[in-house]
Amino acid sequence: MDSVPLSTTRASTPPHRLELCGITKRFPGCLANDAVDLVLKPGEIHALLGENGAGKSTLVKIIYGVLHADAGTLLWQGQETTIPDPAGARRLGIGMVFQHFSLFDTLTVAENISLGLDNPGPMDALSQRIAEVSERYGLSLDPRRHVHHLSVGERQRVEIVRCLLQDPRLLIMDEPTSVLTPQEATRLFETLRVLAAEGCTILYISHKLEEIRALCDTATVLRGGRVVGSCDPRKETARSLAEMMIGTELSTPERLPHGVAGAPKLQVRHLSTTSDNPFATNLKDVSFEVRAGEILGIAGVAGNGQAELMAALSGEELLPEPAAVTIEGRPVGHLGPRERRQLGLAFVPEERLGRGAVPELSLSENALLSAYAREPLVRSGLVHFGRARSYAERIIGAFNVVTHGHRAEARSLSGGNLQKFIIGREILQRPRLLVVGQPTWGVDAGAAAAIHRALIALAQDGAAVLVISQDLDELFVLSNRIAVLFHGRLSDSRPTHQTSVEEIGLLMGGLFNHPPDEDEE
Amino acid sequence: MSADLALIGPVLAAMLTAATPLLFAALGELVVEKSGVLNLGVEGMMLVGAVCGFAVTAQTGSSSAGFAVAALAGAGTAALFGVLTLLLLANQVATGLALTLFGVGLSALIGQGFVGIPIPDVPELNIPGLTDLPVIGKALFGQDVVVYLGLAMVPAVHWFLYGTRRGLILRAVGENHAAAHALGYKVIRIRFLAVLFGGAMSGIAGAYLSLDYTPMWAEGITAGRGWIALALVVFATWKPGRVLLGAWLFGGVTIAQLHVQGLGIDIPSQLLSMLPYLATVVVLVLISRDIARIRLNAPASLGKVFHPDA
Repeated sequence: MDSVPLSTTRASTPPHRLELCGITKRFPGCLANDAVDLVLKPGEIHALLGENGAGKSTLVKIIYGVLHADAGTLLWQGQETTIPDPAGARRLGIGMVFQHFSLFDTLTVAENISLGLDNPGPMDALSQRIAEVSERYGLSLDPRRHVHHLSVGERQRVEIVRCLLQDPRLLIMDEPTSVLTPQEATRLFETLRVLAAEGCTILYISHKLEEIRALCDTATVLRGGRVVGSCDPRKETARSLAEMMIGTELSTPERLPHGVAGAPKLQVRHLSTTSDNPFATNLKDVSFEVRAGEILGIAGVAGNGQAELMAALSGEELLPEPAAVTIEGRPVGHLGPRERRQLGLAFVPEERLGRGAVPELSLSENALLSAYAREPLVRSGLVHFGRARSYAERIIGAFNVVTHGHRAEARSLSGGNLQKFIIGREILQRPRLLVVGQPTWGVDAGAAAAIHRALIALAQDGAAVLVISQDLDELFVLSNRIAVLFHGRLSDSRPTHQTSVEEIGLLMGGLFNHPPDEDEE
Repeated sequence: MSADLALIGPVLAAMLTAATPLLFAALGELVVEKSGVLNLGVEGMMLVGAVCGFAVTAQTGSSSAGFAVAALAGAGTAALFGVLTLLLLANQVATGLALTLFGVGLSALIGQGFVGIPIPDVPELNIPGLTDLPVIGKALFGQDVVVYLGLAMVPAVHWFLYGTRRGLILRAVGENHAAAHALGYKVIRIRFLAVLFGGAMSGIAGAYLSLDYTPMWAEGITAGRGWIALALVVFATWKPGRVLLGAWLFGGVTIAQLHVQGLGIDIPSQLLSMLPYLATVVVLVLISRDIARIRLNAPASLGKVFHPDA
């Protein structure tokens, strides 16, 4: 089942929208694209599949003119072309919606869109056109609002409308649904289908296999910078696609048995926060508890208070009311991260470089940072480097971290490997309580499965685990119970086996039985 | 009537002139910072502008030539900063501080032969009727043209930043350089141009001091006004109109303390000379305490090194 070589059909009528032949791109120390061939036909929705580091992003950046290929040719509508820069790509009719939005928070929707156009014309006329296009494709948007007021789904609409205003012939979508609720994703798919029916080609990059099966006509699979196959995703299963992507068989984690929860380890009662930061989401009367031996999942679209909840739990943000957060019955709201760790709390922040690990420090030094107290790595003020090293090596071994050793700098690891290291560092301290933000964000399928198994094993050993994630599939695999965070409020939790993706999706859109939100803008 | 009222004219006039160098330097720096670059070398660029403008005016007798050369000299000094920070990715804070020290030394070197040399006056505005108005006529309608140019720069900079596409692009680059780059804007080039503009404005600000405010050359003639200009930009939360208010405040207190010194009240003159700086900083700190406003107006990429990553 390994490789199905792509044959590039040269004699073709009508011409392909875009044809790539032998595209090669080398970075210092790695070959990101190795003779990649790709054919995109008019009006098709074409999936580009692959794990992190497979070369998907590099390839689309070459198509969009952000990067330049070292070798290979590019044929646009049958004609050999070079794309010098993004403006050149836009002139040809190539639009791109980035995974990390290229938006400017303090500017308005219309200003943001104007920046992405080469001839935007006067602002009033542009606002008019924005209104028309968003109406036609069902992407409601107010051109005068500032971007920092918008939800993530709305921000994506800004990006899409920006592309649509240029009448694209090829629209590149990089991981578009990673930040959307299932309902928002469904609406996006409808828009994309309308566009494809109008003859626009869509290159859809994702590692979410179910949605590729639902949406795409063709899929090209990349692995290690090479095309390893192409298929009709509607005829494949999610499992077969995943195995094509990672090149080996996929092992799925065992789920936790239901209803074995013990005593509450973490309790949060009526937690509210106020922040000076206008971009922050204040938590409003959040209450929940996590019991020994269970995993509680908190779902929600990014920007609904996850960062604030994480900060309040880790101790990064001190609370005026100590009893708002209790660990094994002890009020800890007034304690900083260090004291909370000593009480048995471990946490893995969402942001790996900068919060979870210090990029410039070696792995053993990073291991030391959070583990020095529970694993005795420091003795009378002096670091025991031997133990720190063996602790780091223990993590590397137990969690299969791919690295050239404990001396490697944290930033030299790929996202998935660093995440395995950070989670391993916390889990090997055998915490009684673990709080994890986005455990597998940007992590490839193999590493994600390993992380999931580790979290489940930890809960089976009697620890309480709280997982805050935007990935519903992940929460349904991991959690015993799921609650949803929306606009700083937390819904009641429900047992995973008694709920559905649809129900959680509705909650993520804000349909809970709470009184109406008074500070809705 | 009489003495009190007669003072209004000169005081108003003196306030406007004292505010002018700050206005130029701060508006220039505002544009630089809006593009995401922090240039702490304002004081140095002002000094280089002051000495070059003075030297040219002393040689040619033309103050217009002096201002033109001062702008070029300021821009030239800023270009050095631009090459170091934008092309060679040096740290902006350290480079800016070094630029100030460099400006102090260079201006002292160039200015050696010019101490105590007289220069011609800068032409003043004269509108028959208006300039002759009692009390305020001379203050409002009889100043040097540079004062009016400075005032005109306030709406001009505002219009550029918030009314034009180039201004929008500049703000976007300062807000999120990675996104601007991804959209295909030339981040480095845009920032370099902003830095050159800031340098030219600082040069004019310096020349105003040496050609007009106190028409002479003395080492360190800027007396820390470059630093006040930097502070003004931050406290004005990057808004041109507020820069104007801050500059007037500084000018007003400068003049007030001179008059207090003139009255012979027994306060050490050093303390009084300190007042304009202290008052400006205190007032601006008080009116800009709103963190939300700072976050919404501060360029998010300010001072961050940008390199187009592969």
